[in-house]
Amino acid sequence: MKHLLQQILQSGKFLTGFIIFLFILLLMIFYPMINPGDPLQTISIGTFAPPGTYVSMYDALDTELNVFKLDNAALNRLDSVLKPEDRVEMIMWFESAGVKVDVTLNDTEALLAAWNEYYDSSIQPSGMTKAKRNYYKRLNDNITRMLATIPKVIAKISEESGELVEVRQIKSTDYINTNKVANVFNLPLGTDNFGRNVLKELASAIKTSLLIGLIAGSVATLIGLTLGLVAGFLGGLIDDFIMFITNIFTVIPSFVLLILISYSIGQEQRGAATVAVVIGLTSWIWTARAVRSQVISLRNRDHVNLSKLSGHSFFRIMVADILPYIASYVVMALILQISAAILAEAQLSMLGLGPKTTEVPTLGLMMKWSMLYSAHLNGYWWSYFPVILTIALISFSLNLMNTGLDQVFNPTLRD
Amino acid sequence: MANHRKSCLSGKGVTKVFGLGLKKTVAVNHVDFDFLEGDFVSIVGESGSGKTTLAKMLLGLLPETEGEIFFQGSLRNIRGRENKKKYWKEIQAIFQDPFSSYNLFQKIDSVLLDCIRMRGGARLPYTNKIEMITEACSFVNLKFEELTNKYPFELSGGQMQRLMIARIFLLKPKILLADEPTSMIDACSRATILDMLMNLRNENGMTIIFITHDIGLAYYISDDVYIMEHGNIVEHGKAEDVILNPKDEYTKRLISDVPKIHEVWDLSTVG
Amino acid sequence: MRNTILEVRDLRTKYITRFREDIYAVDGVSLKIEEGKSLGVAGESGCGKSTLALSLMGYYFPPLHYTSGDIIVNGRNITALDPDTTRKNVLGKEVAYIPQAAMNALNPTRRIIKFIQDVIKAHIPEMSKQEVRELATERFRILGLPEKVLDQYAVELSGGMKQRTVIAISTILSPKVLIADEPSSALDVTSQKMVIKMLRDLMEKGYIKSMIFITHELPLLYNVTDDIMVMYAGQIVERGSAKDMVFDPKHPYSKGLMGSIIVPEPGTRELELVAIPGTPPNLKNPPKGCRFAPRCKYAEDECLLHEIKMKTFGEGREYRCKFSIDYLTEKYNNGKS
Repeated sequence: MKHLLQQILQSGKFLTGFIIFLFILLLMIFYPMINPGDPLQTISIGTFAPPGTYVSMYDALDTELNVFKLDNAALNRLDSVLKPEDRVEMIMWFESAGVKVDVTLNDTEALLAAWNEYYDSSIQPSGMTKAKRNYYKRLNDNITRMLATIPKVIAKISEESGELVEVRQIKSTDYINTNKVANVFNLPLGTDNFGRNVLKELASAIKTSLLIGLIAGSVATLIGLTLGLVAGFLGGLIDDFIMFITNIFTVIPSFVLLILISYSIGQEQRGAATVAVVIGLTSWIWTARAVRSQVISLRNRDHVNLSKLSGHSFFRIMVADILPYIASYVVMALILQISAAILAEAQLSMLGLGPKTTEVPTLGLMMKWSMLYSAHLNGYWWSYFPVILTIALISFSLNLMNTGLDQVFNPTLRD
Repeated sequence: MANHRKSCLSGKGVTKVFGLGLKKTVAVNHVDFDFLEGDFVSIVGESGSGKTTLAKMLLGLLPETEGEIFFQGSLRNIRGRENKKKYWKEIQAIFQDPFSSYNLFQKIDSVLLDCIRMRGGARLPYTNKIEMITEACSFVNLKFEELTNKYPFELSGGQMQRLMIARIFLLKPKILLADEPTSMIDACSRATILDMLMNLRNENGMTIIFITHDIGLAYYISDDVYIMEHGNIVEHGKAEDVILNPKDEYTKRLISDVPKIHEVWDLSTVG
Repeated sequence: MRNTILEVRDLRTKYITRFREDIYAVDGVSLKIEEGKSLGVAGESGCGKSTLALSLMGYYFPPLHYTSGDIIVNGRNITALDPDTTRKNVLGKEVAYIPQAAMNALNPTRRIIKFIQDVIKAHIPEMSKQEVRELATERFRILGLPEKVLDQYAVELSGGMKQRTVIAISTILSPKVLIADEPSSALDVTSQKMVIKMLRDLMEKGYIKSMIFITHELPLLYNVTDDIMVMYAGQIVERGSAKDMVFDPKHPYSKGLMGSIIVPEPGTRELELVAIPGTPPNLKNPPKGCRFAPRCKYAEDECLLHEIKMKTFGEGREYRCKFSIDYLTEKYNNGKS
């Protein structure tokens, strides 16, 4: 036993799979601890807030100021505000005005220097419409305003006179410490279409999906194992009957069956556990067939005959003389079933037949909603890409562990 | 003198058919036999002769398609688990491959403790059980202290097969069915195994049914010999009579095809 | 004096296990076979006789590794060749090897003639398909195999026929040495006899110059080979003519082995079988002195101390024991009375 464990841990494939899986498990366990609360709570008004750190502007105004004189603060400010299309237009202006400059789009400093040197609103390049000339004028005004260090004024409406009263001036050199702001928070993966924290939702969805996989895998393995053992060991009419049922299920595509059952259950009754059981009920066939064939080859072995001659009961022979010989096989089948069930849940959810949406997030549901809200068309990658990656990694790590175990248990595959 | 001894296991028209219709195979075809108490009987046949199927029927592991098997003169009843258990107290087996005869996940102790339980000694104090096991092990020249808490795969083939004999020693059945017990072990250990089987017969009056493909071995060890070919018993009788003066064509061919050392082995009879 | 076809000098080969342990399964074997002679190798399972067969091919693949020694086939030292040359020029042409399960090596989806074409294509590429068929037909006719087998598939043949076909295929290039490792053990006695007859024919008709025959069945060995060699724990313990070895073995181990022969002949029932207690040593760390000493009933303390060299006596007989022939003979005779 100890030797076997040692061999399993020496298998590179198993270890790689296990580490990836462990990483996902750690995320699942620890993120909700750092950031407790309901994963389905809507936190942002409006959809798809991009990933990043969010600072409350309202609180920031009341926060104590520090003054820093930084050289390229203005440049940075402009850099973050100057849109790519504006930069392109700037270079277009140089060309139509006949000014030869050698600048690139991303080199904000050189671009700005050239702009300040050559731009003149009085120059009227031929073929340029008035609207275009006005656009350049506005652009120039904007840039000038950004570079200037005119303070901004915060004002409020006086209760008595109804006029704006200056409350505070904010200079370009004013900074606040985010630690001192009352409300600052991180959204490493932004928010989704409902304005939920994607990472928190993801951690919770991993948990649900793994649970679905575990329940479905256990149900499928249990049914398959029982039927396979009984059919293989007893043989005869019972075997024929069980194989008849199994063959019927084999020719009906299990996914079609899954869709039909899920549909007939109805949206209201479909919890995560129900879906898991349904997946389990439709995927036991291959386990049953495989176990049966293994048992048939074992049942005529001498140690089983000897056990019969020793007067052991049917149940005892099953548990003590047959099960240990196929245990490794069953464990590997279980791992594959878990991986397949997680994928099946995702497939079902994409079709809108997954668990009901209001209770728990699952990996499939997260993908479904981001697709419905066209996240993939608008470039809101944070709402679907991490989910896809997680599904792929879970499936990959489970399969890798399975292959590793296979190599340990099946000597013909060792290198 | 032999006529005075009682019949231990006999059969009339025992038949086993596998499959149905076109796939029908007659493995054992209307076989009659009569094994006397205390005899050492060999059933000799090549692979596919149905000798192992016959053995399984005798053991009650396979139901016979046709025919009747009599145990100690009366029709045997092995319907239901209780009757089977009772029958298996009287008939036990040693199989060909010692490596597959053991459950690799169970310690050797449990195999031997099972035997005591089967003989109704489940409630005996543990020290008594150990005493019995130690005695059985010393019968087959093994030391129980060296075997206890070991798994079967830690033993050699010869040791495993000897342990099987120790199991029989504990069970003390009326009939022992030995299915090629020496074919997987080395020639040097073979003599030991045969000796122990002889001892079992001499000390406990066991009837031993020895199944083998080796006609020389059958001649060496047995009182009676049954020769099987394609599910039929083609010849039976005293070992000397059958082997030295075979009547049946098949037996003659079988004997002439086995390499000899004192007589000339005639290669011209084939091809 | 006849030509020496195969000479082996102090051959050592080892297995390297998954746990990086060395197991010397063939440990210093020297032998010589002359033209037209056959040599039998006997011993318990695990004594290294099958490894010897593999090693004699001169082509090693893990876990078997070559350590030292020479294999000289027809005057050429094949251990000095690189593996590719060995595979192309030695295997099949000079040395042919037939393992026990050889008959299972036939791919069931190809006709038998295809295998023969493959063998010839690898060694004599200029031969046309027509010539190959003529050669094969001729060879099959002489060896008493039906010609129609050439166009059949392996699944259509019986076990004995398959084994004979494989032997015919592997000797199609008339190799100098045929190494047969238990070629008939999985067959029934009638097929076994046919295989043996075929091997005899191959020798008599000169298609093979010499043969090494390995089996655990001593009566068979006695009837097939001229000489018998007994192996124990990777070493040769005794060698002599078949008759001498069976009826007058000298080494205590050979004595035990020959004492376990049972044949269906008059007088067999009166024999007393000899049993050798114990098990062969673990070759990971074999005993320092005589390897058989721990199981030998004549062993003295000194046997365990020094390695024992092969000693020659009589014509073509060698044995590996500390004691003299006379001493051993006396011991054996005392044991009988």
